[in-house]
Amino acid sequence: MTLRLVRAVALNTFREAVRDRVFYNLLLFAVLLLGASLVIGQLGAGQDVKIIKDLGLAASLLFGVGIAIFIGIQLVAREVERRSVYPTLAKPVGRGVFLVGKYVGLLLTLAVNMAVMTIALFLVLAVYWQLTPANVQAVWTAPAVDPRLLIALLLIYVELAVVTAIALLFSTYSSALLSATFTTAVWVAGQFVQDLRTLETIGVSGPTAWIASAVSWVLPNLALFDVKAEVVHGVPVSALQVAAAIFYGIAYSGALLLLAVAIFRRRDFK
Amino acid sequence: MTAGWVLGAAALLAASVTVQANWLHRAPPRDLPAVLYLRSPAAARRVALSFDAMAADLYWMRALQHFGETRLRASGQKTFEDLYPFLDLTTSLDPRFNVAYRFGAIFLSEAPPGGPGRPDLAIALLEKGLVHNPTRWEYHQDIGFVHYWWTGDYAKAAAAFSRGAATPGAPWWLKSLAAVTLAQGGDRRTSRLLWQALSQSADSDWLRRDADRRLRQLDALDQIDQLSAVVDRARGAGVGAPWSWALLFERGLLLRLPVDPTGTPFAIDLTSGRVGVSRQSPLWPMPTEPVAGPARGVPAR
Repeated sequence: MTLRLVRAVALNTFREAVRDRVFYNLLLFAVLLLGASLVIGQLGAGQDVKIIKDLGLAASLLFGVGIAIFIGIQLVAREVERRSVYPTLAKPVGRGVFLVGKYVGLLLTLAVNMAVMTIALFLVLAVYWQLTPANVQAVWTAPAVDPRLLIALLLIYVELAVVTAIALLFSTYSSALLSATFTTAVWVAGQFVQDLRTLETIGVSGPTAWIASAVSWVLPNLALFDVKAEVVHGVPVSALQVAAAIFYGIAYSGALLLLAVAIFRRRDFK
Repeated sequence: MTAGWVLGAAALLAASVTVQANWLHRAPPRDLPAVLYLRSPAAARRVALSFDAMAADLYWMRALQHFGETRLRASGQKTFEDLYPFLDLTTSLDPRFNVAYRFGAIFLSEAPPGGPGRPDLAIALLEKGLVHNPTRWEYHQDIGFVHYWWTGDYAKAAAAFSRGAATPGAPWWLKSLAAVTLAQGGDRRTSRLLWQALSQSADSDWLRRDADRRLRQLDALDQIDQLSAVVDRARGAGVGAPWSWALLFERGLLLRLPVDPTGTPFAIDLTSGRVGVSRQSPLWPMPTEPVAGPARGVPAR
């Protein structure tokens, strides 16, 4: 029963995203990728495949984070603003089910988005692979159509799941603008977790270093999901590292989701 | 009503195009200095967040652009002052950017006016590459090459080739390259051997093309030697300035117009009779050959 309700809310969230023309970003992605692949051949000094891979992965992350933040913060806020949350919660759909359904719905949207981006990226790379002479291909550090790219894309997706959970958490008790600001700030801070843990190496000591270290364990360590450079250069990424990063992402997102449910359950809608 | 708005928009767009076209037509071309907003690699890495590889690509393209633009600049001083910072940022943002090290070293060591003439920075860049990628024997080869061709220190060149040869996975010929460099440094045959080795080990089409261009320059140098001998012979027979190929035809010393390996006719100086490649040739400017002679001392390790 609960799963069916989660599924219903999730599908509804997905349909809403389609109605909101979220997938228009794919058009921009395709134009960016195709445009870049036409221009880069002239500018990159033989590094076209590397640059297209870098661009494809970076754009997948950037567009995904954009969707995760700007749709994620509206998931609850818009329902409350439109007052459509009242009939939904009165059906009865539990607040926890509602929130988890919203989260799953956005993850589904992101999954479809990522899948299309992945196909577009592989198509462009396949064209490059076909058009490049064999002697040039022989010196590539990794093949153009490299299945290892999927590892990087999978970890980007896990990172997006974490960012969506952050956005959802903030949106349960804050306005859309503040939620967007907080989520962006946490996403940026999540890139510097390792720096916070090594502040002592640049001479910071005492309470500042301790607080920074403590904060670094609470913030999401998003660098764990970044294997883009390794994959592009054909450097092996261990299965253990990937599995650990996925487990970390699921655990962290789960923790944020539970926190969001706890806050949302206490929220008074008047 | 709607048609009015559309017409108004079209008129304004047409006006903007006209103004832009006229302004562009009249504005004199400007040589703007390359702007480098970030000079610190550490700061660049932080600002790039997790888009460091993408930022490295952008800096790489900026480096290429800066090198090409400065090289092709017809007037003003060719300083290439931002070339090393661009390459340093590129390789700091993506420490595995192999071509940036290898091509960057070629750019940096190229003597003026074709490049900044900074073999020291080229070696520094390659050594940085070795710190991040210690198994890359090609960087040792390139360091040796910079020493051989640009600093003329054959002992250091041979030492670098030896270090490269000791790296696992290095080709067998690196060891013999070290021996040849030590024994016959500066000799054109050794130079040819070096460029051939570089062409074979090139992991970029551009690197290979550059090495092939250098090999053709060496062929052109051989041809210049032969043509200079013809001029000397003519001089011995009492021929003097003004020198021209037509004059040598008339004397029966030449059978056809001499062309370099790219098919561009060689140039002959009107007053001195000195032979060289034409400025219109893709081989210009020609490199200054290393001074021939065996290396002195024991190779530094």
